[in-house]
Amino acid sequence: MTGTLSFEPDDRFNAFLTTCRKVSHGSGRLAGIPVAVKDNISTQGIETTCASKILKGYIPPYDAHVVRLLKEAGAAIVGKTNMDEFGMGTTTENSAFGPTLNPLDTSRVPGGSSGGSAAAIAAGMVPMALGTDTGGSIRCPAAFCGIVGLKPSYGRVSRYGLIAYANSLEQIGPMAKTVTDVSTLYSVIAGHDPRDSTSYDRSYNHIPSVEIKGLKIGIPQEYFGKGVDPAVGNVVQKAIGTLEQLGATTIPCTIPSMEYALAAYYVICTSEASSNLARFDGVRYGPAADVKKSWHDAYRDVRRAGFGEEVRRRIMLGTFALSSGYYGKYYAKAQVARENVRADFSRIFSKVDVIAGPTMPTTAFRLKEKSDPLSMYLSDILTVPANLAGIPSISVPCGKVAGMPVGLQIMGRHFDDERVIDVAYAYEQAVRA
Amino acid sequence: MVTEKDVEHIADLADIGMDSGELAPFTQQFNAIIDYFDILDRVKGEESGVRDLYNVMREDDPRPSLPQKDVLSNAPASEDGFIKAPRVM
Repeated sequence: MTGTLSFEPDDRFNAFLTTCRKVSHGSGRLAGIPVAVKDNISTQGIETTCASKILKGYIPPYDAHVVRLLKEAGAAIVGKTNMDEFGMGTTTENSAFGPTLNPLDTSRVPGGSSGGSAAAIAAGMVPMALGTDTGGSIRCPAAFCGIVGLKPSYGRVSRYGLIAYANSLEQIGPMAKTVTDVSTLYSVIAGHDPRDSTSYDRSYNHIPSVEIKGLKIGIPQEYFGKGVDPAVGNVVQKAIGTLEQLGATTIPCTIPSMEYALAAYYVICTSEASSNLARFDGVRYGPAADVKKSWHDAYRDVRRAGFGEEVRRRIMLGTFALSSGYYGKYYAKAQVARENVRADFSRIFSKVDVIAGPTMPTTAFRLKEKSDPLSMYLSDILTVPANLAGIPSISVPCGKVAGMPVGLQIMGRHFDDERVIDVAYAYEQAVRA
Repeated sequence: MVTEKDVEHIADLADIGMDSGELAPFTQQFNAIIDYFDILDRVKGEESGVRDLYNVMREDDPRPSLPQKDVLSNAPASEDGFIKAPRVM
């Protein structure tokens, strides 16, 4: 089963930052399957840039844990996919190496930040890919490109070798055309890794089942309220109707903490980013710092030239939120808000098995449509709650509005990833039949 | 409300480097975002609850690590097996 694979795709959508033309692979569950990897996941010997100029030319000396697992399963790692710089964005336009285009309509964005992975799958260049999801970065591009993407429960996939943006929120997860392929890829990457202190011993060996009779689905009113395109809401309501026909029942619910969840998310992720990205100073990697200058001047030169606008903005926001005199107003309050989001979910999950709603409030934006940073942030409102609570969430295609795909989002209890996969699978099989 | 001077100060703290031309638009966007963050004032409580944690530290035993040559391979400047950094003093 071992062999060599050649990979020379017609990448007219700029989905890849690096492609590997000849790839040898081993045997195993993914023997000879081409898999694309988001460019913030370390690949030994293959350039890994996070779509940032500051890591241009960086060749990791080791593999991320998930990459090692892919290789052990026989996968052929065929390339590194484009993304918003360091994962900071919702469109993949924040890449230092040009935007990725949506293969379904090249005047539109593929979503982000794992837009390259989603576009590579949607365009048929690879059957599956890895993405990362800090506040929706797997589910958003999955919804915008009409594919399936899972943000796993926090702790189920090792983050060793993932170039960190916001550690308490992010997870590596599987993306593919079908729920079955997402499930297969997930079975390879989930499990304990002692090198990630937040990793749990929960492997995934599930075969998706269409049986959802008696399932209780919570429908939060906030997911169909202000800011959500009614046409998108209608498509998702219809999809939930399909789940009801399969024997599920729906129960209305509310998530009052949604009011401030997005603000809490942006305070926490920028705070963590301001600390994480301090390491990019041109000393251990990246463009050379001028060692003759004093260290502040040398670092400032490297970081001004190397970081894009959105990355600089988020580092600044995080530095501000953590600074003396403001910590209590922003960071401490955001942590309380995060606890409230968790509490809302656990209250709802005492009565229902899963929660369903749209993945994104709209279909894919046009290129450059979201030029104002705050309006871009607001589009993450439906995906960030799952990251704040650490719960699993999947996006599965459920129809179209004006030709562009809509994602149905299914969230579950912490570590109940098997259940959200089953619900997505049941839906996918019902509409395929 | 933060001023251009505040933004300059934050840029200094973060070693970001800010050109005078980008200061005004940056300050304006910064204020719009911070205004939105003010919704957190409605959150009741000052501290989040303490949650159960257990120690995940391993014993401090040496383990195999990367060869020095590989560790230095991405460093722009090195000397005698050390990474060269700008002067601090």
